[in-house]
Amino acid sequence: MGNKWMRGWPPLAVIALCAAAWEAAVRLFAIEPYILPSPSAIVREAMQPNVWPRLEMHTLATVWRTLTGLALGVLAGTLLAAVIHLVPGARRAAAPLLVLSQTVPYIVLVPLLLIWLGFGDEPKIVLIMLVCFFPVTVAMLTGLRECDPALRGYLAMIGADRWTIFAKLELPNAVPYLFSGFRIAAAYSVTTTVAAEWFGGGSGLGYYIKLSYSGFQTGRVFAGTIIIIAFSMLMFGLAALIERLVVRWKPEAERRGGHGAGA
Amino acid sequence: MAPALEVRDVVKRYGDKEVLAGVSLTVEDGEFVSLIGPSGSGKSTLLKVIGGLEPAEQGEIRIDGRRAEGRRGLIAYMPQQASLLPWRTVAGNIELALGIAGVPRGEAKRLAREWLGRVGLADYADAWPHTLSGGMQQRVSFIRALLSPQKLMCLDEPFGALDALTRQHMQEWLLSMWEANRRAVLLVTHSIEEALLLSDRIVVLSARPASVLRELAVPFGRPRSAKLWKTPEFAELRDAIYDLLKPAAAGGSDGA
Ligand SMILES: Nc1ncnc2c1ncn2[C@@H]1O[C@H](COP(=O)(O)OP(=O)(O)OP(=O)(O)O)[C@@H](O)[C@H]1O
Ligand SMILES: [Mg+2]
Repeated sequence: MGNKWMRGWPPLAVIALCAAAWEAAVRLFAIEPYILPSPSAIVREAMQPNVWPRLEMHTLATVWRTLTGLALGVLAGTLLAAVIHLVPGARRAAAPLLVLSQTVPYIVLVPLLLIWLGFGDEPKIVLIMLVCFFPVTVAMLTGLRECDPALRGYLAMIGADRWTIFAKLELPNAVPYLFSGFRIAAAYSVTTTVAAEWFGGGSGLGYYIKLSYSGFQTGRVFAGTIIIIAFSMLMFGLAALIERLVVRWKPEAERRGGHGAGA
Repeated sequence: MAPALEVRDVVKRYGDKEVLAGVSLTVEDGEFVSLIGPSGSGKSTLLKVIGGLEPAEQGEIRIDGRRAEGRRGLIAYMPQQASLLPWRTVAGNIELALGIAGVPRGEAKRLAREWLGRVGLADYADAWPHTLSGGMQQRVSFIRALLSPQKLMCLDEPFGALDALTRQHMQEWLLSMWEANRRAVLLVTHSIEEALLLSDRIVVLSARPASVLRELAVPFGRPRSAKLWKTPEFAELRDAIYDLLKPAAAGGSDGA
């Protein structure tokens, strides 16, 4: 516990220092609040009775969308990887398509999805899914393939069938890889949600920031942004925590160092 | 009764590299046979061919009288590397192997605990494999093969990673256990003493490409004990095999 604190305080101190410098600069140069509000002004603005409840509401909408899209995207990515891995020849057939799907800029998908799926939550969640599934599929495919050949040979030799090798060797081997894909997906998911909300619909932090921006409410733009950053970091921490709980068998040193799975 | 294992004229190549150049050997039912050969001669490869993992270019494999080329799961196998799944506990690894061999789950659990205790690893049943030393992992891998129900047991240098004292202890333990059960065993080893102490017959392989240089029956009666080491007959046989394995002898027979 003490150890964690020792590792946690330097970045916190840097953040506090930056905030202090920011505050000082705004006061010293008397910068207009609609150009750059000071940290204390941002907090004061966010705490206003007509602002805070709305921030809360939009945050909830963003969190819900992100989690739904991320969960569905990770699920789809995992299943897709398993299918590609298990169907003979599918890996070779799917690889170029997977890369191709990544060359489509997501931003052009937004109007298309809006046309196809309307202005509700569906197009946003589909977009988040699309963004999340690729890193998961790629990482998972790597993990399923790159098993220790000695273990594979041993299991085959004692008579394990295809399914047993998948369930007992390939799948557990892929789990740490899956998590490195999951961490990337978690980071993408928040930005994608915010971008999707900016483009359409009437709720979420992306929508709220756009609205505040049009009304020159710079303090609220900053308040929303800070919440988005905090949420992103929370998602990252959550992914790391789940990984720690699930992958308990790894040597401590290897776990902390992570490993080079992924694209 | 058909022999537990019959290998006839097996030829195996990796690309252009010939590894096995017509190897033949037999393990009778209830017989203990050791396979000795220089490092890199193809002993592990031969076990993989027997186990159906690697296809052979030529030759015949019979297990229990039935053709077994390319058929897996017919032997109890201990690989040269311990090969424990890192995400299963020590006991879990043993249970998985027994499960694949068709042992019911409850029985597998009981056997794993009981035998871990017998090799001095009772406290490690629920540990992750990476917390064990190389020698401890090898003992786990060894009882995993020992408990597998197949008639023929193929062991690839089972005591290679053990210190001299533990190794001797394990050899004596295997000796007494084998003499009580008499199962067909094919043991790969580098140790001439180990082969002499344990086996009924020793098959000496040449350097790669491997062929059988000599087969010799071990004349000592059973039950045996480690005291054999001190007899002049033991020393004589050991020196004879040692001469066979000398690089000069192997190179000469090759004509290379
Ligand atoms: N998968 C493979 N591909 C290519 N060559 C291989 C492969 N496996 C083994 N060989 C080669 O076959 C030869 C025999 O290897 P093998 O592992 O059977 O030797 P060994 O007699 O068991 O040696 P050791 O006593 O050191 O374990 C070696 O020259 C090795 O390089
Ligand atoms: Mg070997």
